[in-house]
Amino acid sequence: MSAPVLEISGAALRLRGRELWSGLDLSVKPGEFVAVLGPSGSGKTTLLRSILGLQELSAGDIRVGGSPVRRGDRRIGYIPQQRPLPPGTSLRARDLVSLGIQGPRFGLPVPRRGDRERVDALLAGVGATAYADRPVGLLSGGEQQRLRVAQALADQPTLLLCDEPLSSLDLANQQAVTAIIDRERHERDAAVLFVTHDVNPILGHVDRILYIAGGRFTLGRPDEVLRSDVLTDLYGAPVHVLRAGGRLVVVGVPDADDHCDVPLTAIETEAGAA
Amino acid sequence: MTGGPVVPALDWGDVFSFDDYGALLQLVANSVIAGAVLGIVGGLIGVFIMQRDMAFAVHGVSELSFAGAAAALLFGGSVVVGSLAGAVAAAALIGVLGSRARDRNSIVGVLMPFGLGLGILFLSLYEGRSANRFSLLTGQIVSVSSPDLGWLIGISLVVLVGLILVWNPLRFDSLDGQAAAARGVPTRFVSLVFMLLLGLIVAVAVHIIGALLVMALLVTPAAAAMRVSHGPVAVPLLAALFGFASAVGGILLAIAGTLPVSPYITTISFLIYVVCRVIAWRRERALRVAAEAAPAAQVPASPAP
Repeated sequence: MSAPVLEISGAALRLRGRELWSGLDLSVKPGEFVAVLGPSGSGKTTLLRSILGLQELSAGDIRVGGSPVRRGDRRIGYIPQQRPLPPGTSLRARDLVSLGIQGPRFGLPVPRRGDRERVDALLAGVGATAYADRPVGLLSGGEQQRLRVAQALADQPTLLLCDEPLSSLDLANQQAVTAIIDRERHERDAAVLFVTHDVNPILGHVDRILYIAGGRFTLGRPDEVLRSDVLTDLYGAPVHVLRAGGRLVVVGVPDADDHCDVPLTAIETEAGAA
Repeated sequence: MTGGPVVPALDWGDVFSFDDYGALLQLVANSVIAGAVLGIVGGLIGVFIMQRDMAFAVHGVSELSFAGAAAALLFGGSVVVGSLAGAVAAAALIGVLGSRARDRNSIVGVLMPFGLGLGILFLSLYEGRSANRFSLLTGQIVSVSSPDLGWLIGISLVVLVGLILVWNPLRFDSLDGQAAAARGVPTRFVSLVFMLLLGLIVAVAVHIIGALLVMALLVTPAAAAMRVSHGPVAVPLLAALFGFASAVGGILLAIAGTLPVSPYITTISFLIYVVCRVIAWRRERALRVAAEAAPAAQVPASPAP
């Protein structure tokens, strides 16, 4: 057994007088893939911000690789949600990646020896070599997101934090980005903490699920968590987990307006019509 | 307005006259140097102004800088110190209160007329030479005294050094603040340093080109450079070159005639922008034609609907 990459113990967070979660314990081993699910506003992104040292806990503590969290920890890679960069953005694909290497350096803005090779290797790793010199604004959402993944991998992180990295990507790009992240954990034993509202694109890779809802949470293997009785208990309201065409759908979540992604709504509407 | 001499008709001799040009040039050598430094530094900082979407904030800072300078004029202080105080105070206020774009725009919208109003009040109370009044709004570099010119050049150099030292983190924060924060860039510190540098350079620009026209040297050159290039080195270099050409070219042309400097600077900077837009447009059209000639060969995958 190797030492855990991430250890959260007794963590609690209050934000603007509202308790998001408390008593949270989570230990993530190298190479483990943990999905964080839950409705919007349940504090999934805030959990990632706490691990990055950008948000202080109101109780408990978080350790990364055995040491307390601090800002700018090189062992953590962060993949944000895909937000399209405007067409006029004055940045080439390789510049977006090299921000991950040169961006945090103060002082003379001169590239160091080996920077270019590193960027080339990162670009090749996500299959972006073909458009390395094109302006990012002209690239598709999927292409831009691969570049963000490459940027996050700049320092070969041992812990990858992914904040809805697949939202607004089409199916092919969801699979491509997931494959890159999954390869990173198999080849280099990186642990992955993956925040998402739709578990389907990553269901084949997930080891454990942390499901947060209404200040409470459940932790376990996918088949232990994604069950009607478990989620009904968690939400305190009747919730159904359905399997349809190889996809998994959670139906009946309270305040569904916040929560549902597009396919879920579509299925619910169909069910209502039937 | 009290009547100055009425010019019956514009003579081309007012626009260009190269008699005694060499002697004139010696008189304004320091002004040319100040213009050159401001043009270069203004072009460089303009890249970040564009990336951070802060053109409107620049305008707000310059109006408060004008108010500070007008107050100094009225109360007999140093005009340079007055404009610095106004600009830095405004920049700090905008930096602290307006970290989000929408907040920032409303704060600038509130501050700007207040600053302009204060400035006009101080100017109307001022009983000194009337030429000084107008020059704060529309600029007249050749009327700035030599010690003041030295200060302007010194401040510009300080901004240049500061900008170079925070260049990488500032660029990261401007382009992708969320990822920058996650990578440990002290985003708040970097933003405040940027606002401070912005306040300093705006105060310099107010003296050289006037509070109403600072954008011609702080925004237009960078906007033009971004039209024709995308590289992390090429854009700042081009912006600095465009700023330099506008400022120095404007001053050199202006001393040949009797018209003020600012219209020359703003016109050159505007023309550079127009040329850059035309180049970008022609380039895009060529790309489109090439894409149509080779149908579906290089169409990137479209994002999810």
